Amino acid sequence: MSNSIGNEMYTLRINGQDRSVKDAWVGESLLYVLRERLELPGAKGACEQGECGSCTVLMDGDAVCSCLVMAATAVGADIVTVEGLIEKDPSMASTAEVITSQITDVQQAFIEEGGVQCGFCTPGLIVAVHHLLDKNPDPTELQVKESISGNICRCTGYGRIFAAVEAVVQVRKASR
Amino acid sequence: MTVAVPLSLTEAFDELSRTPEARLIQGGTDLMVEINFNHVKPVDVIALRRIKELRTWQVNSNNTITIGSGVPYQEMELGQLKELLPALAEAARTVGSPQIRAAGTLGGNLGTCSPAGDGLPVLFALDAIVHLQSAVTSRDLSIHEFMLGVKRNARNANEIITGVTVPVLDGWQGYAKVGVRNAMVISVASACLAVDKANNSVRIALGAVGPTIIRCRDAESWLEQQIDLAVATSIDMTMAKEFGRRVALESKPIDDHRSTAEYRRHAVGVLAQRLITRAYSS
Repeated sequence: MSNSIGNEMYTLRINGQDRSVKDAWVGESLLYVLRERLELPGAKGACEQGECGSCTVLMDGDAVCSCLVMAATAVGADIVTVEGLIEKDPSMASTAEVITSQITDVQQAFIEEGGVQCGFCTPGLIVAVHHLLDKNPDPTELQVKESISGNICRCTGYGRIFAAVEAVVQVRKASR
Repeated sequence: MTVAVPLSLTEAFDELSRTPEARLIQGGTDLMVEINFNHVKPVDVIALRRIKELRTWQVNSNNTITIGSGVPYQEMELGQLKELLPALAEAARTVGSPQIRAAGTLGGNLGTCSPAGDGLPVLFALDAIVHLQSAVTSRDLSIHEFMLGVKRNARNANEIITGVTVPVLDGWQGYAKVGVRNAMVISVASACLAVDKANNSVRIALGAVGPTIIRCRDAESWLEQQIDLAVATSIDMTMAKEFGRRVALESKPIDDHRSTAEYRRHAVGVLAQRLITRAYSS
């Protein structure tokens, strides 16, 4: 049975939880719904045309621009936002660590390596880097560059971001 | 406004007969931009992304490949599809960013029919067949008859583009594009070249330099008369340059916000010259 959604409620699976979206126009983007309806402001809105990557989320395991997903069409998809990465991060498996740190190894590396300046692009980059390293734990320099080519950062010049990715790769290697 | 998310083609046709004016949405990378910027406010939308039968591809017994309209570009960049259709893999890799390639599809490129769509020059070079289905009919249309103009195609409102079929050719093939940077650009000019050794022919198709994708038939037949494409192992620079010049003559570019006609004409000539040089440099 196909779902035809009018202006009634629909439900999205976000960070492992079913979240209902009520009284919303059904043409809204997933980015808008996350930020304005579901109190998940991690994904950022800048270009709203898929160019900048600051709204990157995971949808069924793929990194996508949430501004280009019509939220109502994402019914049935498994969505993970930057807020939900903490549960997915294997190195944060111990509960004590989750409670004390609340950030992932990628986020920690961005802080330590200076990969954050104004911070606007950071959530999208964090999601993109998690996506890369989950699929490819030991990427080449070109693979790293290509995997974040859809995430624009106008502050760092990317050098500190590459350093952060490399740091995570080394830490994860050592803990394997 | 309603949004339907059918799980099969049958359900999609039911929705389409219920809401005949509905906009079809695949990856969303075109339509959502229009909606975000208030350029369109669709009455109804039918999302095709969960229709499994559109998200598969297969190699057919007659040495062709059928690719479902919902297969995302990221699947064409790798594996067997890359091996059998290298030009399509190269074109796929130039589409937007990883985020866009996870969402964007050939079905979307065909539905939108922008002359700058990166998949389209490959389909024109390979003489692709486009498959269209309605609730009661199904038809196959040559890509050359399918694309009618800038964002215009031969799809009827009651039809869904289900996929394309392209041949697996024996011979070098590749795709090249000019934009302002490597990632995340819409083509200023693009070209796909495919050598078909079995037929002693070469095919070259140009993107973003005309109202439709342009096949350069004159340049193709000129080159076929100059060298034996099936056995040649190299091409001299003068001939490659002349091929580029002839290709550029067949382009019909315009000035717009992305570039000028003059630059585009020059660029496609250079792309053609480079592609034919690459084809015969190994």
